[in-house]
Amino acid sequence: MTRAEVLADDPIWLILIKVVVLFAFGVVMTLFMIWLERRVVARMQHRPGPNRVGPFGLLQSLADGLKLAFKEDIMPAKADKVVYFIAPVISTIPAFVAFSVMPFGGRVSIFGEQTYLQLVDLPVGVLVVLACSSLGVYGIVLAGWSSGSPYPLLGALRSAAQVISYEIAMGLSIVGVIITAHSLSTGDIVNAQANFELWGLKVNSFFIPLLPSFLIYVTSMVGETNRAPFDLPEAESELVGGFHTEYSSLKFALFFLAEYVNMVTVSAFSTMLFLGGGLFPFVGQDSVLNNGWLQFVWFIAKTFVLLFLFIWLRGTLPRYRYDQFMRLGWKVLVPVNLSWIVALVAVRQLRSAGWPLGPTLFFGAIAVLGLIALSFALPDREVPDDEYVPVTGGGYPIPPLDLEVPTETPKRRRQTRGSRSRRRAAVTAGQSASASQSQEGSNDGNV
Amino acid sequence: MGMFDPLKGFGVTFGTMFKKVVTEEYPEAGAPAAPRYHGRHQLNRHPDGLEKCVGCELCAWACPADAIFVEGGNNTEDARYSPGERYGADYQINYLRCIGCGLCIEACPTRSLTMINFYELADDNREDLIYTKEQLLAPLLPGMEQPPHPMRLGETEQDYYVNGPELAVAAPDVQARSEAK
Repeated sequence: MTRAEVLADDPIWLILIKVVVLFAFGVVMTLFMIWLERRVVARMQHRPGPNRVGPFGLLQSLADGLKLAFKEDIMPAKADKVVYFIAPVISTIPAFVAFSVMPFGGRVSIFGEQTYLQLVDLPVGVLVVLACSSLGVYGIVLAGWSSGSPYPLLGALRSAAQVISYEIAMGLSIVGVIITAHSLSTGDIVNAQANFELWGLKVNSFFIPLLPSFLIYVTSMVGETNRAPFDLPEAESELVGGFHTEYSSLKFALFFLAEYVNMVTVSAFSTMLFLGGGLFPFVGQDSVLNNGWLQFVWFIAKTFVLLFLFIWLRGTLPRYRYDQFMRLGWKVLVPVNLSWIVALVAVRQLRSAGWPLGPTLFFGAIAVLGLIALSFALPDREVPDDEYVPVTGGGYPIPPLDLEVPTETPKRRRQTRGSRSRRRAAVTAGQSASASQSQEGSNDGNV
Repeated sequence: MGMFDPLKGFGVTFGTMFKKVVTEEYPEAGAPAAPRYHGRHQLNRHPDGLEKCVGCELCAWACPADAIFVEGGNNTEDARYSPGERYGADYQINYLRCIGCGLCIEACPTRSLTMINFYELADDNREDLIYTKEQLLAPLLPGMEQPPHPMRLGETEQDYYVNGPELAVAAPDVQARSEAK
């Protein structure tokens, strides 16, 4: 029986157990991630981090959650009541739904029932995850719009623009995996990575041969989850709070939950796509280390490596500017991804046509290098400088050298229109007086 | 400028994770202060327990914040609080006024007034922050005796002031000796 068939055969009580466990997993991971993030970032900054509530401060997030629940639930007067209420839910539910297709582990027996550590194995599982992350954007946009205030609206626009832009890069980086694994089903992708050999070594993962895809995926998943250094929509040191400015109490907690569950989801997704899911590297699929339950442990461990990367990035990098961020997404990640997919498809097609891999790669590389060299030979595009303004060293525009400064402002001219002729007469009188004086002086000299 | 400079920051943050944190765990791990920190005042004693304060009020005059109040009193043969003629009958320092400058310490001619590095001076009312003589006096160490009592150490005043500490070490239990007299 295939994975999908085994899972479809699950009795209802097992499905219920799995659903509850997945939900609890999401919530507990959120609480734990908040704690871990605060601790790790604190250590990176020479601080101990939260250490008062519980051992090592482990219960800090729980205490914060309880506090949030008891806070006043504010409904802004201008808010669209229904949408305002529903938006956090829309944002949270897809985050959890994405968990359902994650292949957390291998084949196990729970109370005598053979099953996999996965809720459901759909033939389009990868698309379900992508769809879920897209649906989460609705929550963000609706939250910003329904708050009835300009700040959340702007924050929501920025958030939505960011998530949608990076979803393209994310979707494209998945294409490489799908081409290699010949499947959109999450279970099949993991199975395809089992026994994947590279130079005679069982690496059990795609991230080495698909390194460009992996790097682009990791970059775009940070952008996708609105995390530092791409946390511009809710940059806490610069903005009011982004799309959830008007939210408080449990509704705010739901957005928080959705953000962290999304982090876990994209990390687990990346583990599944590139790091071989729950497979232990360097051993075969039937090894003791790849026992069904142990696979769960490896899966979580790999996910945590990626989650640590999130925290590490946040502790290290400063925030991007909006235009830099968009340039990276549209002008770097997407084009690089497209050319990588073309190269990948070309190599696969040539190999299946019977071309040997080594020479194909060699001549392909020479051709690419030639193209790059050719691009250097092309002349640069002329930049028109009609609007050129000379600037000082400080970067501020300065007035042109032939600027004519009027001696009198129009207002003053209007005010003094009446007395103008008189004043001019006085000036001429003075001039004539001095002229006559000098004439006198010269006369004296002559005398 | 190297190729890997953009990645150096990651090494810095990762390395910092394994360094000692600089945070002082204040209430649990004690109250750290420099040895010569200008904290609370203390009125010191001679080795036999008599007060060093002679009630001269120089500290009160030196105080720029007018935080010190001193009232001198006469020692008598029956009630001797300090060697010499006078002693500080009343002594108060208002810690709401004290700025911790230490000028009173410099003014004290008998080295009676010094500062210890206790700094947890906080309260919720004004009266309790005016420290009185009983609170400021140094605790009685072993061998010291609560004044009033006669000068215990040495035969003459010169002996008392110059050799007092050595005499106290030689005969630690002053109180026992005085009772034997």
